Amino acid sequence: MRALKVGEVVETATSRFTAHCYELHGAPPLGSLVRTGPPGRPVFGLVAAVRTASIDPGRRPVARGREEADPEEIFRQNPHLAQLFRTEFEAVIVGYAENGAVRQTLPPTPPRIHDFVYLCTPQEVTGFTERLDFLGLLLEQASPAPVDELVAAALRQAAGHRPAPEEFLVRAGRELARLLAPNPVRLQLLLRRLKGGA
Amino acid sequence: MGRDGRGPLLTRPRRIGRVVGGSVSGGLEVRLDAEVSVEEMGIGRFVTVEGDRRRFLCLVTDVKLKSVSEQVASVPPDYDDPFIARVMGGITTYGVLQVLPTLILPAAPEEPPEPVKTVPAHFSPVYEATAEDLAAVYGDEREAHNFRVGSPLEMPEVPLCIDIRRLVERSNGVFGKSGTGKSFLTRLLLLGIIRSGLASVLVFDMHNEYGWKAEDKARRAEVKGLRQLYRSSVVVFTLDEESSRRRGVRYDSVVEIGYDELEIDDLLLLAEPLHLSGRAPDLMAALERYYGRDWLGRFLGLEDPAERDKLARELGFASSVVGALYQSLGRLKRLNFLKPKADSRAVDLLLGYLRTGRSVVLEFGRTNDLLAYMLVANVLTRRIHRHYVEAKERFLGGAGEDPRPLVVVIEEAHKFLSPAVAQHTIFGTIAREMRKYNVTLLVVDQRPSGIDEEVMSQLGTRIICSLDNEKDLESVLTGVAGRSELRTLLARLDTRQQALVLGHAVPIPTPIRVRDYDETLYRALGTAEAGTLDLERDLFGDGAP
Repeated sequence: MRALKVGEVVETATSRFTAHCYELHGAPPLGSLVRTGPPGRPVFGLVAAVRTASIDPGRRPVARGREEADPEEIFRQNPHLAQLFRTEFEAVIVGYAENGAVRQTLPPTPPRIHDFVYLCTPQEVTGFTERLDFLGLLLEQASPAPVDELVAAALRQAAGHRPAPEEFLVRAGRELARLLAPNPVRLQLLLRRLKGGA
Repeated sequence: MGRDGRGPLLTRPRRIGRVVGGSVSGGLEVRLDAEVSVEEMGIGRFVTVEGDRRRFLCLVTDVKLKSVSEQVASVPPDYDDPFIARVMGGITTYGVLQVLPTLILPAAPEEPPEPVKTVPAHFSPVYEATAEDLAAVYGDEREAHNFRVGSPLEMPEVPLCIDIRRLVERSNGVFGKSGTGKSFLTRLLLLGIIRSGLASVLVFDMHNEYGWKAEDKARRAEVKGLRQLYRSSVVVFTLDEESSRRRGVRYDSVVEIGYDELEIDDLLLLAEPLHLSGRAPDLMAALERYYGRDWLGRFLGLEDPAERDKLARELGFASSVVGALYQSLGRLKRLNFLKPKADSRAVDLLLGYLRTGRSVVLEFGRTNDLLAYMLVANVLTRRIHRHYVEAKERFLGGAGEDPRPLVVVIEEAHKFLSPAVAQHTIFGTIAREMRKYNVTLLVVDQRPSGIDEEVMSQLGTRIICSLDNEKDLESVLTGVAGRSELRTLLARLDTRQQALVLGHAVPIPTPIRVRDYDETLYRALGTAEAGTLDLERDLFGDGAP
C-alpha cells in the first residue's frame, strides 16, 4: 500500500509545518501521522489543526444553499467555488528518520517549502509508534490544537492499526502516566479520552 | 548448568522491580514493576538484586504503598475503571519493598557467600530468589551436616537448611510463647543432631513428649518421638516407672537420686519452691560440717522435734530456724525418685550411653512439677559435666579420646538461668564456658526475658517462634544487627509453624516455615539412618532386642 500524497508544505518552522491540501476539505483527520521532506530523511508530523478558508482574505463566502437539500449540490452547481477556497493543515513535528532509523526528536532542519506531504500507511504508523518517546515531545508543545486532544487522537489511531489495541493503549497510558505523574487530574482526563476509542 | 552445578536453570527468575534507594544499615527500597502486585510480596520473602558486579541476597522486611504525588491520594483516580486502574497502577501509584541486603552471593558455587559492605547501584534489577540461590547460602540438604528445618516464608517449595556442625558448636535457644510449636521444633532439631552423628543429646523431658511419642494437638494425631525414629541411638530413662509403663513407653532404665548426691547449691536453686528462709544457707553449711556428706538424710531423719532442738543448740541456731528448714526440706520427701540411699548405677549407665555416642531422653512421668525438674536436671547435669571436664582434661593431657559433644536440652530455662540463679547453676556455667568441655545447652523457653543477659548473649543460635511480650522480644534480639527489621518480622510470624532463626548455624537471620512433622519427615530421616551410629550391637551384642 502506497502512502497517499495529500499536499505540499507552504509554511515551515523547527517544530511545525503547514501544508496546503490538493483537495478542498482533503486534510487527514486530527492526529494522523504524515510524512514530508526528502525520502532519504523524512520528517514526521501529526495533523494538529485543519483550516479551510477563502484564498483571498478579503472575500468571504456567502450563503448559497437556501433551495438545496444537500450542501454538496452547491459545489456541483458552482464548480469554480472549489478554486476560491483552500484547505490547510498544521502538523506538529514528532520525529524524523535518518539512515532508516526513526528518531523521535526534532529534525536538525525543518522541511522545506513545497516538500510533498504524504499520509502515512498503517505499517508506517505502527512502525513509528512502536516507541513512545514522541509523547514527551508532544506534551511540551504549545500546539495549535489542545495538546491532550491531539495525543488522544494520535494514540487511538495508532491503536486501531494494531491487532491488540487495548495492550497498546495500556502501554501508551503508562508512558503518559510517567510523564504526567505530577498532574494526576490531567492524566486521568487524558486517559478517559484514550479509552473512548478503544 | 545452574549456579551450583545441579542442573539447568529451568526458568529464568522473574524480575519484580528495581532498586530506587537505600543504605547498608537501613536496607534498600525496591520499586515494584507495574506488573507485580504488592499482594504477591509478603515480608520474609527472599529476593536477589543484580548489581553491576555482585549479586545480593535480600530479605523483604516491609511492603509499602506509594504514589508519585500527594494529589493522587487527595484526588483519587477512577480505579473502578479497569483501563485506568491498569494504566495508573504501578506508575502513578506503586508498591515499594523494603529489603534488607543480607549477603553477597558467591560467583562460583565453591566460594562462600560474603557479608554485605555496600549496596547495589541505583536501579539495579531485583529478581525473585531461586532454590539455587538459597542452596548456595544455606547449603545443600543432601550433605549430612545440613538439616532441612523448613522453607523460607511464602516459598514452601524451597528447602532451607541449618548447619548442624555449627549448631552444636555453641549453646542454643528455642523461644516462643506457649502453643507455638516449640517442642515440635526442638524435636526436629534433635532429630537433625542425632541424624548428623555429630553430637549426643540429653533431654530433660518434663512433659514426656520427646522419647517415645507425642501428640500433635492441631492435627489430633500421634507423632513419633526420638526413640521410635532412631531406635538404636536413643535410650529412654524414666523417673516415674509406673507412668512410663502405663503410657506404653519402652524405657531402658529408672533413675534414682540419693540424698547424698544433693549439694547445697542444688537446694539453693530451689529456694523459691522450697520456701527456704534467709538463714537456710548458713544452717545447711553448718549441717554439712556437722554430719558430713550424708547431712540431708540424717537431718531429715530427725523426726522428733526434741532432737532438732538439741541440734539447734549444738549448732548455735535458733530452734525456729532449724524447724523451718526441716519443714522446707521435708518437701523433698514427696519426690519418689529421691532416696536416702540411691542406686546410682542408673546414672552411671546414663553416662555410659552418652559416652558411647547414644542420646538419652529422661522422662519425668507424673513428677513433672518444677521442683523435681530443676532438682534432677541440675544434679544430673552437674555430674555429667564434671565427667566431661575430666575427660576433656585427660584428652588435652594426651590421654584418652576427645569426649563426644553433648547437647543438654532443658525446658522452662528461665528458672535455671535467671539473673538471680544463673551464677549458681551448672547451666549458667555451661552457657558461659561455651563449648570448652564439649557440653552445650539447648534451652527451650517461653519467657526469654527471664534469662540472664550474659547467658543470652552466649547463645549461638536462637530459634524464635511467635512472641508478643515486649520484654521478651527485646531480650531475644539482644546483640543482633538489624534489630528493628527483625522485630517487625518477628511480630508478624504466625503463631504456628513459623519461626525466626538467627545466629551461628545460619548465615543470616532467616524467617522460616517449619517443616511438617509427618511421614515425609520420617521417610527423609530413614534414608539418612546409615549415617547414624548403631551401638545396640556394641553394647549388648547380637542378642539385642
